[in-house]
Amino acid sequence: MISRRDFLQASMAASAIVGASGFGNWGRLAAQQLLTQDDLLSFETFGNVSLIHLTDIHAQLNPMYFREPEINIGVGENKGEVPHITGADFRRLYGIEDGSPSAYALTYNDFASLAKGYGKMGGLDRIATVVKAIRADRPDALLLDGGDTWQGSYTCYHTQGQDMVNTMNLLKPDAMTFHWEFTLGQDRVREIVENLPFAALGQNIFDAMWDEPAAEFAPYKFFERGGVKIAVIGQAFPYMPIANPGWMFPDYSFGIRDENMQAMVDECRAKGAECVVVLSHNGFDVDKKMAERVQGIDVVLSGHTHDALPEPYLVGETIVIPSGSHGKFVSRIDLDIRDGRMMGFRHKLIPIFSDVIEADAEMASAIEAERAPFQSELSEVLGTVADDTTLFRRGNFNGSWDDLICDALLEERDAEIAMSPGVRWGPSLIPGQQITREDVFGVTSMTYPNAYRTEMTGEFIHTIMEDVADNIFNPDPYYQQGGDMVRMGGLGYHIDVSKPIGERISNITMLKTGEQLDPAKSYVVAGWASVNEGTEGPAIWDVVESHIRKLGTVSVAPNTSVQVSGV
Amino acid sequence: MNLNRREMILLATGASVAAMLPFRASAAADEAINAFTGGAEVGEGGLTLTAPEIAENGNTVPIEVDAPGATAILVLAAGNPTPAVATFNFGPLAGAQMASTRIRLAGTQDVIAIAKMSDGSFVRASKEVKVTIGGCGG
Repeated sequence: MISRRDFLQASMAASAIVGASGFGNWGRLAAQQLLTQDDLLSFETFGNVSLIHLTDIHAQLNPMYFREPEINIGVGENKGEVPHITGADFRRLYGIEDGSPSAYALTYNDFASLAKGYGKMGGLDRIATVVKAIRADRPDALLLDGGDTWQGSYTCYHTQGQDMVNTMNLLKPDAMTFHWEFTLGQDRVREIVENLPFAALGQNIFDAMWDEPAAEFAPYKFFERGGVKIAVIGQAFPYMPIANPGWMFPDYSFGIRDENMQAMVDECRAKGAECVVVLSHNGFDVDKKMAERVQGIDVVLSGHTHDALPEPYLVGETIVIPSGSHGKFVSRIDLDIRDGRMMGFRHKLIPIFSDVIEADAEMASAIEAERAPFQSELSEVLGTVADDTTLFRRGNFNGSWDDLICDALLEERDAEIAMSPGVRWGPSLIPGQQITREDVFGVTSMTYPNAYRTEMTGEFIHTIMEDVADNIFNPDPYYQQGGDMVRMGGLGYHIDVSKPIGERISNITMLKTGEQLDPAKSYVVAGWASVNEGTEGPAIWDVVESHIRKLGTVSVAPNTSVQVSGV
Repeated sequence: MNLNRREMILLATGASVAAMLPFRASAAADEAINAFTGGAEVGEGGLTLTAPEIAENGNTVPIEVDAPGATAILVLAAGNPTPAVATFNFGPLAGAQMASTRIRLAGTQDVIAIAKMSDGSFVRASKEVKVTIGGCGG
């Protein structure tokens, strides 16, 4: 292989622009009311191969609001590194003007007012327009779906993913990998995958009994595009049976398996691959580490941790491309592949501003058809967001949606402590917006929704918190699972993210009484999303709906119950 | 956040303590290594230990050891109450000096493998395997 310096020089010699990234700065354009679809899509076709990356849509067929995180702490070697840079620091790093469309799309500040100005983002009908436009430029562009596609909405839940399968098939992807899809249960996953008109990939999806590659999922697929032999290797979410209910897919085992990834890369190269693309659901920090350890990957299309970066991240000669979530972005990557090498690339993270990009008529009517049978349930109004509140989820320790869910658990289930999972999916709602049943499903929809009520000792609650914190703040990314901290209702705590497991969490305080959590005492705990089989209780969306109906107007005060140090 | 009451009690009485403290090594593990090597110096390289970073199920963790040219490989779970897992002996007719099995881990700990090479030297590999009570997927 060539060194990075050689690589850049080779690129220089070969083309005018090297590693160009065309996110653009549209602040001025927007100020002049000039932001157009053509601006968002403008891309000078480059090289001989185009990749289109879409990931973590979480079943969001229609445009929505999605506030990016304020708190996203990196630890170990990733301390202070992208994507663990947020807000003004992020804008400074990438030269984004405050208040610009890019600032709205990529950072959290002034979210409510910018959202009113720039409107909703995403929508599979807008994405279809973008995909068609790219294919008009480059008819044989590869469309790759990074997974977390068949989970996250009312219609997806009630059709067991069929709405997403039907609409995505219209986009004609070339390959896909997986995470939440498996929570549909292994029988349903097999049923869908058997009939998928594109490749279902995962080099790390193994048969649990024999510890051999699972027959239903190929590790990679070859494509010939622009005269180039391209191998796309799939990498499913490594920790599915740990982070999600393993009993729903007992026949499968996952893991990072980077030694097998290396073997697959070598096998692809030996079979003549001139370009190796990994379609990954590892999460960004894991992808970074994997790209360091596995040699011979040209492009990692990165999903799972929902990061959107306007420029590719370079690891040696590998480019890592994280493309955001919820349909907010589509990445286009053009590659110049010659003599079995990547000589250069051009990249653009295309933001899907739904008021700027026209809806594709065919996809719009397909979405309409999927939603029509559920329209009255979807649109039922449960309450209103107060003028002082934005409901959002992203953040390492809490989000206002989770505060509301924890309050619902405490009130409706008569508990002292509430626990809500630190998932990163779920659209945001802005001040004054009506809250519909669809919105509640947007932040709760899953196949194991039961809201349990149980007793736990203070010691055990502490153990859970330490355990989950280590899944996020272990300095080695291979030991991270890519979610956020379990959201705690009814108690506050201090966390030192720089400490090892068992020492991070301290000063756990019951918010109502100000008393310290007693390790020996039993507390009534309500929570949801248990990975254990046979968990009993009402569905979380019913608990939250009942709570919102009682509140009418939902106001959530800023959460100051978690003190963070060691950053 | 992911347990029913019965499992919670089981965990609270047993595994929770284990989950808190990763075991790096123990006197029993050191003893077993000494017995295997006779106190000889232990080098690195030539031995591949494959194990998951995080166990999907601590009761049955797949591991594999591979040391071309080894005559024996000792496998230890350093943090188990009884660290000894297995010693694989390879005769001169063995096609490969490789073995895989599943082991039970009491909690997060280092899995250690020591290979005795045909020239009488020893090499070591270890890997931390995390046993977690579960998390929240993004």
